Amino acid sequence: MTEHLGKTGIERAARATGILPLLLFLGAAAMVPHTAAGESYRLAIAWVPGLGVNLSFMLDGLSVLFALIITGVGFFVTLYAVDYLHGHSHTGRFFVFLHAFMLSMLGLVLADNVLSLFVFWELTTIFSYLLIGFEHEAEASRKSARQALLVTGAGGLALLVGFLLMGIATGTYEISQMVAMSASLPDHPLYGAILVMVFLGAFTKSAQFPFHFWLPNAMAAPAPISAFLHSATMVKGGIYLLARFHPILGGSEAWTAVLVIVGGVTAVVGAFTALGQTDLKKILAYTTVSALGIMTMFLGGQNAPSLTAAMTFLLVHAIYKSALFLVAGIIDHQAGTRDIEKLGGLARSMPVTALGAFAACFSMAGFPLFFGFIGKEIMYKGALAEAMMPGLTTAAAVLANGLMTAVAGIFLIGPFLSGAARHPGPRPEACAAMCSGPLVLGGLGIFFGIVPEFVGNWLVSPAVLSFHAHLEHIKLELFHGINPPLLLSALTLALGVALYLARKRVNYGVCRAYEMIPLDASRVYDAAVAAVAALGRAQTRVLQNGSLHRYFYIVAGAFVLLTGYSYVHGMQVLPDIGVPVLSLREWLLILVILAAAGAVLVTRSVLLAICALGVVGAGIAVIFLSYGAPDLALTQLLVETLTVIIVSIILLHLPGLGPGRKTTGRKKLFDGVLAVGMGVLMTTLILTVLSTPLDRSVTDFFENNSYLAAHGRNIVNVILVDFRSMDTLGEIIVVATAGLAGYALIQKRRERL
Amino acid sequence: MIPSLILRTATRLLVSMILVFSVYLLLRGHNAPGGGFAGALVAGTGFALYIMAEGSESVRRAIRIDPRGLIVFGMGLALVSGLIGMLAGKPFLTGLWWTIAEINSREIVVGTPLFFDIGVFAIVLGTILTLILALEEN
Repeated sequence: MTEHLGKTGIERAARATGILPLLLFLGAAAMVPHTAAGESYRLAIAWVPGLGVNLSFMLDGLSVLFALIITGVGFFVTLYAVDYLHGHSHTGRFFVFLHAFMLSMLGLVLADNVLSLFVFWELTTIFSYLLIGFEHEAEASRKSARQALLVTGAGGLALLVGFLLMGIATGTYEISQMVAMSASLPDHPLYGAILVMVFLGAFTKSAQFPFHFWLPNAMAAPAPISAFLHSATMVKGGIYLLARFHPILGGSEAWTAVLVIVGGVTAVVGAFTALGQTDLKKILAYTTVSALGIMTMFLGGQNAPSLTAAMTFLLVHAIYKSALFLVAGIIDHQAGTRDIEKLGGLARSMPVTALGAFAACFSMAGFPLFFGFIGKEIMYKGALAEAMMPGLTTAAAVLANGLMTAVAGIFLIGPFLSGAARHPGPRPEACAAMCSGPLVLGGLGIFFGIVPEFVGNWLVSPAVLSFHAHLEHIKLELFHGINPPLLLSALTLALGVALYLARKRVNYGVCRAYEMIPLDASRVYDAAVAAVAALGRAQTRVLQNGSLHRYFYIVAGAFVLLTGYSYVHGMQVLPDIGVPVLSLREWLLILVILAAAGAVLVTRSVLLAICALGVVGAGIAVIFLSYGAPDLALTQLLVETLTVIIVSIILLHLPGLGPGRKTTGRKKLFDGVLAVGMGVLMTTLILTVLSTPLDRSVTDFFENNSYLAAHGRNIVNVILVDFRSMDTLGEIIVVATAGLAGYALIQKRRERL
Repeated sequence: MIPSLILRTATRLLVSMILVFSVYLLLRGHNAPGGGFAGALVAGTGFALYIMAEGSESVRRAIRIDPRGLIVFGMGLALVSGLIGMLAGKPFLTGLWWTIAEINSREIVVGTPLFFDIGVFAIVLGTILTLILALEEN
């Protein structure tokens, strides 16, 4: 691509790709009136029908809400990234990954078959890996990418197990059919295992405690990626999963207890950690962890207000957090640092960015007239209405929201409002394309905050009702009257101000608490990765020590022992091995082969040994020929010829391998035993095979159909290229791979010399 | 090491015959002993002989393309020949046949397995040449 298009050409093309998310967004928006009316659409394409795997998609209120977030944020991120990456040498690659991720994410939220859902789930993990590691020349970037891949990938495998168990328990892999027969699932003996596996998948993807450590590290990705994948979309994959399977797996006490506790802990721990960060992106990453915890906590609930709270907050968070990440990227891009200690006075030099940042931060802090306020109100309403642990939920929500209010203050007051910049001085405003994202998303936060009924009726309620049709419709309103939620909101703001003022002391306490914890998951992860590497090194030392002798001993020894054992073990009676009557010609052939084999043993010249082995092979080819297998004989002869040629070339080029080295007596004995063992075993095996009657049904099929169905008289070749061509395809792939790998090895050796 | 005149002269005669024979083996393979794999091995020995007589440089000049390209070409051809069956709505790698001519009331047919076999030929020959040339030039 770089060769055909100039730098600006690629950037123009990248900008044009913004049309893809835009069109998809408009398409999803066009579906909103239908899904708001409770309709759903399903499309299924058979994929592997024999295994019940269909590429089936379903569009309902929940999918549409996610699809709008994915494509909407995707559109602004595309516009933004063109200028953010201006001059980067891999711009084309970036946009391919970006859009591939977006399509995978859309597949994830639209899939109706759990196995196709799993495929899209893993695709998002892979593109997340590629995008976190986009600046692959930095070691931190590669390490973070690998960490995210391993953590979410392991969770994905657990999820697959959960899906398969669900398939066993319900007899179907279609989510829409599972919902219909889910009433008895909590009583199923597999329910506990399913729950654990699905939770592992959701918690790793959505960065729940104790798996949350990968998300802050994923901030090594470029800012638009953090805005898109690691705040608005991919990390919400786990939330989507919990919502989608709420009607199937939810409803038990275990579900509620685990989600409320894990979500609550994540919300509080994430928010406390965010308070002490100085890097803008790390601040946002930890508040994202906290926000995901809040969503998880409310998905643990069973009543309409709780679930509405989870879905409302999902939208609230996606809007303000992606805007803030884009702002952080603009600051980094324009000012060259993301350290809040070094930034200052940005409100004056970058007024447009500041406007977006203020709108988004006020939404995050939950001020009235901003969408965040609506989210908080409904949250408290839901928490108070819960049947299990309402007090705990409310306390966690108030604390986490209070902390987020304080964090919003930290994000705004230091960098934007404090005096002139300490580090870089006044910086120019970013261009319109970069500012458009924060401005529009920030403005959306105000718009939704003023007319919450609009978004509640069209997006949030349909999403909740699509997975729980029987629940009542919860209206989102700006003012409900003076009631407990309003009082809790006021308390939250007060708590936020207090925490902001006491932030230094609180952070000191948090750091002390962290020091007291002896073991956290990130250290367990590091230890596990180190252990795998050590195991790899150890087994390489034992098995791959570079000695051809050792390799051959292992292969031949394993063959003789394992095959010999199973042969002796499985044999009922000794096979009837008779000595066949041979003609004179055959005796002569055997004599030649034996003489050549003897020459291999006796000679000191490696070259002579290779030639003698070639004679053995040629003799065997003649035997094949005399028993009416010309194809086999031809191939055998040719392979022998080429082997001799190639080995001779190698030997002629190798230094110091002229006459064979002297081997010790003990080693000779060992070699001899192994060789004799191998020979005896193979001979016995072949004679046993020959003594059992041949099943001719397959041969008959090939004989009868070779010419009629496949237009060929040479059955061997017809089998190779037609009847069993899939096998041949596999074999030629092996040949090609071996050839290229051998070439690479030879080249590497040459470079070293 | 200067190869003997006899070897060089004989090689000129032999290699062309060996290569023609390898194509013959490839094409007759469907009805008589031979086929893509055997044909490629024959061609490989031919080129090996040529390397011994004339050196690897002249072989590279003679084949003109990088043998690794031959591997890629063969893989592509084998896959495409499998995909043709899919285009016709049948499973991957299903053989399809077309009658291209009729001589003495005998049909001459061409099918996707032939392309598959040519792909096998290219991959095997490409692998042999890649390895032998790399070893020889090392």
